Order: sequence, then structure tokens, then C-alpha cells
Amino acid sequence: MDISAQGNVIKKKRKWFDKPQVAEDSHYWKPKSEVWVWLAAAAYGLALLLNIIIPSQEVLDPHGYRVLLAAFIVLFVGVYLIALKRLQLRKKLYHKAQFIFALGLALAAWDLLTDKFEILPLPFFPSISEIIRVTIDDRALLLKSMLFSLRLFFVGSIVGAALGLVTGVLIGWWRQWDYWLAPIIRISGIIPAVAWLPIALVIFPTSFTTGVFLIVISSWFPVSSMMAGGIISTPKSYFEVAKTLGANEKFLLFRIAIPNAVPAMFTGITLAAAFSFTTLIVSEMVGAEAGLGFYINWAKGWGVYSKVYAAIIIIAIEFALILAVVGAIRNYFLRWQRGILK
Amino acid sequence: MSEFIEIKDVNRIYRDAFGGSTYALKDINLSIARGEFITFVGPSGCGKTTLLRLLAGLDKPQSGILKINGVQITEPSFKRGYIFQQPTLFPWDTVYENVAIGLKARKVYQEKKHSIKNYIDMIGLDGFENSYPHEISGGMAQRVAIIRALINEPEVLLLDEPLGALDAFKRIELQNLLLKIWRQTGTTMAMVTHDVDEAIYLSNRIVIMTPRPGQIVDVVKVEILGQRNRNNDDFIALRKKILKKLHLVISDEELPEYVI
Repeated sequence: MDISAQGNVIKKKRKWFDKPQVAEDSHYWKPKSEVWVWLAAAAYGLALLLNIIIPSQEVLDPHGYRVLLAAFIVLFVGVYLIALKRLQLRKKLYHKAQFIFALGLALAAWDLLTDKFEILPLPFFPSISEIIRVTIDDRALLLKSMLFSLRLFFVGSIVGAALGLVTGVLIGWWRQWDYWLAPIIRISGIIPAVAWLPIALVIFPTSFTTGVFLIVISSWFPVSSMMAGGIISTPKSYFEVAKTLGANEKFLLFRIAIPNAVPAMFTGITLAAAFSFTTLIVSEMVGAEAGLGFYINWAKGWGVYSKVYAAIIIIAIEFALILAVVGAIRNYFLRWQRGILK
Repeated sequence: MSEFIEIKDVNRIYRDAFGGSTYALKDINLSIARGEFITFVGPSGCGKTTLLRLLAGLDKPQSGILKINGVQITEPSFKRGYIFQQPTLFPWDTVYENVAIGLKARKVYQEKKHSIKNYIDMIGLDGFENSYPHEISGGMAQRVAIIRALINEPEVLLLDEPLGALDAFKRIELQNLLLKIWRQTGTTMAMVTHDVDEAIYLSNRIVIMTPRPGQIVDVVKVEILGQRNRNNDDFIALRKKILKKLHLVISDEELPEYVI
């Protein structure tokens, strides 16, 4: 074999028990063994098998759950096959494999504890088959509730964030605004927005406008204070450079101070999204006639806890999507930071 | 006829919280001719940077007057470009956008944007227009900072130890770039440095300053025939002369800093 040629790598045939050829990585630091990938797939297979062979206690339709498990196994194997060719994906897969494995076992355990042996009390702890079944059955109302909540969230948080941006800039740039506005915003930040709920319900004509109002106050404070902080923290040298290049005050604000505040602003917007979402669900649970919060309350009223779980899972997915969208917008605006931060 | 830049009886005093005061600059008198390359050398605390900031309009004297073209300097202007020791590029803007800032601030971007490419080519950074400041080296960033000021065609370029943060090789490279710019554009250059060789290599006149209080002790003319080779006899003689002057004005233990 020619080993004198530079860059020539001698390839050894891998045995199945060999450690994977993945280097240590600070981000994906858990690439213990390829075995975990197989164990993870096996865990879902086990969950599926147990669901099929052990008879269920309740009369219900387990097909949704079984399809989901099967789909997951197929997806997982698919990702594994793609990952064989892509190092970065392989690292990620190996890193996550243990967690995915544990999740599979947890699903199987939950199935045994609920539907199969009814160890956990019903109706508070429904099986996943049941949750999936009611989600499919009630999809029209769930979708309507989801869209209603999303609408409320977007209207409220866009208005709140816009207000926060404007007041943040005013407070950060002019000390008169800081003097008069900063204390008010600070106080409004201390009081949880939902504390205003009884008063807001009386003042505003509809439950929708009440919700908007509460979300506006919960997103106003984080955006405003982070924006102001970002502007105040602009290095003096940036202003000095800009002044010697012919900048007037307007230019200093819009081309130096505000761009400098953008990273902090996005931190504020992310915080605002979290606060708003909490406020949204709580306000819907109390005053609204629609939305996911309302749905949870309504399902609880009927004692259908599987629907409560369905709504909770949808809330989690919805909020994760919202954060992903905010993150994508953030990455676009902060593309200049790529490579500076971890 | 009055000089291009006139500094008359300038005093700049810093007061501390305990009522004490330090003369950063005391009774400074100096005039600078148009097209001159003048350097300020001296130990730290001698007020050379303060003087440069006063010329830029970034700071104000307690007494005395600074004039350019017979007009008193009161605030910063694009006509007096300022280069800091750190490049201080705006991290959210690309190289191109950083260079364009001056034109945009003055609202002449549309008429003059064609010159941006020429300047970027001049410093050998073509192809880096869309890079962000953290993606280029310190020497490259300082070159961008220099053309960012030059794009406004300033009457004078104020350089505050612009090469202080660079390694020896980059320093020489950028010294030659500054000389090239000075010869091509004829811009008046006023530069603060702590490197005597750099001062001799670049300038027409060297202003020697001392600290506590910040004062000018001497102004030395650089008269070297032909190419300014660092090993040229005139160069070495002048270096000796300046070091001797600094030796006269500073204590022995501080001297080694200036022996290069």
C-alpha cells in the first residue's frame, strides 16, 4: 500500500463494536457509542410491541399512537442513513441518541402505567393513545382555538414590542424621557400583567381586547428596558468616530446607537414572547370564549383530562414554533455576529 | 497670513474628585503648515493625545484657542479625520458599509459612492467588501479605518497611535501606506506615536512633549536627503539627537522605552 503520498488515509474496516469515528466536539459532547442509536430505535419498537401485545383496559382506538411510534422509528432510521454521509448530523444524532432512547422507554412506561395496567388514576392520567385519539377527534375545535390564541398573541405582542421599541429608544437617548417614563415602565414590569385581569375585564369591551391589553403590558417592559439598555451601553468611541466622520445627532441615533442595541433588543423580544405566552394562556382561562386557555378550562369542566393534555402539547409546540421564528429573525438581523459568539 | 493650524496658549486641566488638578496641557503654542506631516512623541501622560483630541474638537480647552484656516475649532467635523489606536469599525456593518459611513452621514453617498471602490483597492482589500470587521485581521481593520476617514477628503488627518496595536511587520507596511497616502493626497497629517523611528521615518517635524505638566519641550525638523532608510546616517544621527532630547527631559529609568 502506498503510504508515502501526502494526505493518504489508511482505511480500516470497521467492526460493529468499534467506537464511532466521531471526534470530540464541545457542542455535541456525548457521542458515546453508536449502540445508543440502535437502542433508541429499539426503545420505540418495544413501546410499539408492548402496546400491541398487552390488551388495553379501556375501549379505545390505539391506531393513532401506533402510527406515530412507527413513523418515529422510520424517521429515526431515515435520519441515521442520511447521517452516515454527513458528519455534522451524525455528531448531533449520536449526541441526542441517549435522550431519544430514554424518551422511548418513558413512552412505553407511561403506556403500561395508564392504559395497560391502570396504575395511575383516571381520568387525570390518560394514556397517550387516548390523547392522540381526542386530538384527532377534536381537531376542528383545537385548530380554531390554536388560531385564535395565535391571533391574540401576534396582535398583542406586535403592539407591545412596537411600543417597547419606541419607549426604549426614547428612554435610552433622551434623559427627559428617561426621567418621566423609566419609573412607570419599571413599576409596570414588577406587577404581573395578569394581576390587571379583573380591572381589564371591566374596562375593555371584549375578551379579545382584554387579552391584547394584557399581552401588550407584559411584552412592553422587557422590550423597552432591554432596548434602552442596549442604547445606553453604546461605546463612547463609536460616537466619537461617527462625529469625526460628519454624523449629526439623528445619524448617531439611527446608525450607531440603535444598531448597537439590536442584540439586546432581541433578548428583550424573546423574554417578551415568553411573558406574553404565559399571560395569554392565563387570560384565556379566565375571561375568554375561545383560545387554547379557554379550551383547557372547558375540557376540565367536562372532566375530559385527555383534552387538557392535548391542549398542553399543542401549546408547547406552538410556543416552540414562535421561538423558532423569533430566533430565525434574530439570526438574520445579527448575521454580523456569526463567528464572534459561540 | 495666518498658519493653516494655530494652537495658542492652550491649557487643558483635569480636576479630580478631591479638588486637585492636573495640567494635561500647559501653555501649548504650535502652528502647523498645510501639507505637513507632524508627529508628537513623549512618554505617557504628556498630553499628546489630549492635544490631538482638542484639534479634532472631541474635547475643549479651559483657556487658549485652536484655529484651523483662521476658524476656531469648537466641535468635531468630517474635515478633521481622526484615527484611533483601535480601528473602532462598526461591527454590524460590512467593510464597504463602514467606509461608506462618512458619505452617508454627510448625505453625499449617491454622488460619491464610486470612490469607495478606489479606496478599498488602494489598501488592497478588494474582495473583502462584504466581510464583517471580526472576519478581517487587525492590520486590515486599521487600514479600513484609515480610508473610512480619507473618504471625506479631510483637510487634516489626526492619527492617535494608529499603529500602536500592530506587530512590527504590519507597522512597517502601514507606515508605508500612510506615506503613500500623504504623497498622493497631500493631506496634512498630525500623528501621535511613542516610536521615535516611526516619527523620523514619517514626518517633517517632530514635537517632543513631557508630562506633569504636559508641555512642548522642543520641535525638531527632520531633514534627511533622499530615501528615508532606517540605517541611513542622517536617520541614525537624528534618532540620537531626539533620544538625547528625551534623555534631557526624562529620567534615566524611563529611557529604555524609547531605545528601539
